Amino acid sequence: MQNWMNAYSWVNIRFLLQGLEITILISVVSVLLSFIIGSVLGIIRYSKIRYVSKIVGVIIDVIRNLPLLLIIFFVYFGLPAFGFKPDTIPAAILAMTVFESMMIAEIIRSGIMAVDIGQMEASRSMGMTYIQAMWHVVLPQAYKKMIPAMVSQFISLIKDTSLATIIVVPELMQHGQVVYGQNPNYIIPVFVMMALMYFVVCYALSLLSKYIDHKMA
Amino acid sequence: MINLLTHNWSSFITGFGWTVLSSVLALFFSLIIGSLVAILEVLPNKFFRIIGKIYVEIFRNIPLLVITMFFYLVIPLYVVKINGFTAGTIGLTIYTSAFIAETVRAGINSVDIGQMEAARSQGMTFWQAMRYIVLPQAFKLVIPPLGNQFVNLVKNSSVLAFVAGFDLMYQGNAIASQTFDTVNTYLIVGLFYLIITLPISYYMQYLERKLA
Repeated sequence: MQNWMNAYSWVNIRFLLQGLEITILISVVSVLLSFIIGSVLGIIRYSKIRYVSKIVGVIIDVIRNLPLLLIIFFVYFGLPAFGFKPDTIPAAILAMTVFESMMIAEIIRSGIMAVDIGQMEASRSMGMTYIQAMWHVVLPQAYKKMIPAMVSQFISLIKDTSLATIIVVPELMQHGQVVYGQNPNYIIPVFVMMALMYFVVCYALSLLSKYIDHKMA
Repeated sequence: MINLLTHNWSSFITGFGWTVLSSVLALFFSLIIGSLVAILEVLPNKFFRIIGKIYVEIFRNIPLLVITMFFYLVIPLYVVKINGFTAGTIGLTIYTSAFIAETVRAGINSVDIGQMEAARSQGMTFWQAMRYIVLPQAFKLVIPPLGNQFVNLVKNSSVLAFVAGFDLMYQGNAIASQTFDTVNTYLIVGLFYLIITLPISYYMQYLERKLA
């Protein structure tokens, strides 16, 4: 019991919360960037532009099928060979963004495919251009359909930021390691606390997603 | 790149083998645990349903790395000495089983309730109806999502690198730090992962299109 009390001293808890802050910061910045890049790539892949869509498709499939950990290593240890040496947090954000953009591109593409093709045809026959029809008619419907997939992707992203501990990004997992590094008796209490922090954030998001989904249906 | 590959061929292949072994073992056990949890979640008894639900929600909302590191550090400390590979595979199994439970549960729920009712009215017990009528139909529906779970599993098995699990990522890091040729090493490691993941994910896309 004494171990748990000591492990949960305010200094330690505050340190873990600071880690959680970085975790959330990295997740939010990466998801915003990925949303923009992913939307563009997803629409390009859907639009069947000759050659371009094929190439984008191959890039998406390749990166989606690689472990995120490998991409983190590549960004942090590989890119310096090309004369670009990012700091740990930007490196984590860059790696996450590259990976998540591809995941989100696929979500966007299947969201667009789930919108009835007649919507696009009708808009085109009303005299809209392809881009106008996409922007004003198809995308708003597609985005609504993909909220659940998008939120669960965001949850995976939050969980995946823990991998960035390998390049010593000061996020929650890393801070946890620092705390239990002081004393092996802290291992279990610290893991319980870390798990709880991740759980609260992720579970709250999944409830939010269910609520939104329920309201829209 | 070719030189790097031939010089370190045995390391890459060893890592590849451990990655495949860990993924297959974790898939096997998480299919069993996941299916059991999914069945718990559809039982008439509310108590079991809640237990199943809690299991799924807990392990789906905690990072795999937290689960894996926990087993790696805690089991040797209090229970029995295990190596990184075993701890990593246990972590992978538990994490993946929660996702598989979710997938299988969705499959069971999408089988028409009339099937269960008809089977029961023919005099089958709940378990017989589940085993012979509902689960076979459910599994057909969940093959594509399960395949995608396996792809995720193979990618996730890279966390074994954190716990010295001899896997592809671990060997890759060792080679990268010996040769200093990080770019090419990681490219080769990536190719090895793609050899497993790309064919499966394309085949699952094909199955999804065929079933749809």
